[in-house]
Amino acid sequence: KCPGRLADYASAYVHRRIPGGPGKLTLLCDANTDGSFLVHHFLSFYLKANCKVCFVALIQSFSHYNIVGQKLGVSLTVARECGQLVFLEGLKSSVDVFFRAQAEPHPLQFLREANAENLQPLYEFVREALKPVDDGEAAWRCPVLLVDDLSVLLSLGMGAVAVLDFIHYCRATVCWERKGNIVALVHDSGDTEDEENNILLNGLSHQSHLILRAEGLATGFCRDVHGQLRILWRTPSQPTTQRDQSLTYQYKIQDKSVSFFAKGMSPAVL
Amino acid sequence: MAAVATCGTGAGSTGSVVAAGSKNHVTSFQRRGPRASGSDSSYSRLVSIAGTRPSVRNGQLLVSTGLPALDQLLGGGLAVGTVLLIEEDKYNIYSSLLFKYFLAEGIINGHTLLVASAKEDPADILQELPAPLLDDNFKKDFDEEACNHKTAESNIKMKIAWRYQLLPKMEAGPVSSSRFGHYYDASKKMPQELIEASKWHGFFFPEKSSSTLNIEPCSLTHGYIKLLQFIQNIIYEEGFDGSNPQKKQKNILRIGIQNLGSPLWGDDICCTENGNSHSLTKFLYVLRGLLRTSLSACMITMPTHLIQNKAIISRVTNLSDTVVGLESFIGSERETNPLYKDYHGLIHIRQIPRLNNLIYDVSDVKDLAFKLKRKLFTIEEEKEYTLNDLYKRLHLPPDLSDTVSRSSKQDLAEPSKLLGPGCGVMAGGKKHLDF
Repeated sequence: KCPGRLADYASAYVHRRIPGGPGKLTLLCDANTDGSFLVHHFLSFYLKANCKVCFVALIQSFSHYNIVGQKLGVSLTVARECGQLVFLEGLKSSVDVFFRAQAEPHPLQFLREANAENLQPLYEFVREALKPVDDGEAAWRCPVLLVDDLSVLLSLGMGAVAVLDFIHYCRATVCWERKGNIVALVHDSGDTEDEENNILLNGLSHQSHLILRAEGLATGFCRDVHGQLRILWRTPSQPTTQRDQSLTYQYKIQDKSVSFFAKGMSPAVL
Repeated sequence: MAAVATCGTGAGSTGSVVAAGSKNHVTSFQRRGPRASGSDSSYSRLVSIAGTRPSVRNGQLLVSTGLPALDQLLGGGLAVGTVLLIEEDKYNIYSSLLFKYFLAEGIINGHTLLVASAKEDPADILQELPAPLLDDNFKKDFDEEACNHKTAESNIKMKIAWRYQLLPKMEAGPVSSSRFGHYYDASKKMPQELIEASKWHGFFFPEKSSSTLNIEPCSLTHGYIKLLQFIQNIIYEEGFDGSNPQKKQKNILRIGIQNLGSPLWGDDICCTENGNSHSLTKFLYVLRGLLRTSLSACMITMPTHLIQNKAIISRVTNLSDTVVGLESFIGSERETNPLYKDYHGLIHIRQIPRLNNLIYDVSDVKDLAFKLKRKLFTIEEEKEYTLNDLYKRLHLPPDLSDTVSRSSKQDLAEPSKLLGPGCGVMAGGKKHLDF
């Protein structure tokens, strides 16, 4: 069985499982490879599903996500203009925050501070972005918070605990209060002894309902198989009445899509 | 890319701006989406900046690193708006040379330079730049080189010549007359008149360290704050961020930062494991923000082999766009190893960015060695040897057994990075880089 749109299946699972229940936290993780294709996928998936999306994009510029989004069939420009997408462009905002004192607290306020304690302004930004609008206009489906990525917050001076707190607050508002979903990317630094990152990764793994982990192949670079995707379904709130399920697929990223296949079943090999 | 989007009139129409010109290229890069009016003229203004060309893969505006062989490895060149991080070799000999090639390329193309160093005065650095090789001189020198090489290496001459001939074809569309990527003679200096005619700004940290800060002290070290302010100032004053739309002729700002992270910048990550772990990474983040919103490209050399805390290196890598590591053989056991006598060191392409794309150009070849032979800096795939070749080199009697196993230098020298034996990458035939 070769599910071409596997990540769609995984995403649909997240919605189907407990309808009407609290929303889900999906953790994206990459180890020895670039997992950004997962971020692009979820962004286009939720936009196409008519959800209201708040995208905290800390790694690349708006036009980068927009150009890739167009290959996947969504226009971020249009989504932003009609209010479906709230986009925080980290790189561009960082320049504004760093060089000019801001009148109001800015979500990336911590860049100016020597010892920022927490990510409160960033949380306020998310809460404001995803607050329900009840003025009769076309209601979007469940709100979604997407973060690319959380590891960079550690590089910018925040501690792992502060980042975990931020996600905790976001979960309370987005998942429980508003029945929405959160998708966040964290890098797995492997054996580089990044203590803070390990704390963040382990802490989030415990809280997540779904973990998608992209890994580079153990044998090294290969042209036809770019990596391996491990999917782990978890039920964090229930003590293990049900065993966590997991699946592993190999994948190859193409210009406008990603194809998945069972281990060793790459079309190049068969 | 923000760099292409925010500069020029085509705000928010990056994709369509590129599309207008893409029909001129040998590429199947097709774009859907509306084209903003006036996009043709703004695109041609962008492409007509000397020393730039659009990437054939994603239309990204590229500049040359000053080393055409490295440009090929990076998918055509260095993308405007991005950071190229060079992990210095142990004695900063070859990384410093790459730094100079980058600056020299800027002078030849008429780009504005911003040279930052805590060790050398930028004016002195510019005096040391290599001289460009003119076409007929290059061919003559290269023919000399080719005669001295063994037959196995004569393929290189044809392959570089092939690339050389191919260059004019890739410059489709309205471009300036100067070629993309030049060769330099490391034994001669850049002519004084070219240096004087160029526009450059120098940041020499020892001279700037005394002036006051007008940013609140965050966790960045003094040196990094001052450098960021300096760069931001130049970008703003000279309109590289599109803030002065009256400027008719757009240009590229080439930023070169030397030995970033070294103690000379006031950073202690090379001295202790518990140094200021956020200063450098915050600096890189804000720097990248500046680059993404301006027509600039940056090369940073960093003594990563000195950084005590390995977590910082991985964070720095994640915060850079392209990362290339240099490993020289000087002082290592490989210097006297007969297998490596053709080369001066290894080049590791650690990271290539996926810009505006899900995929990127990845060379099949992962083991690359460089050498600085007489005047030219060349990069080649490490050769594979049969055991008999090895015996010849070591002056041993040949192996007369029936089966001769193939092995690469890796296996014979020391266990280091892995190739992908199961994926058919180690093909014997391919000698050189094919893009």
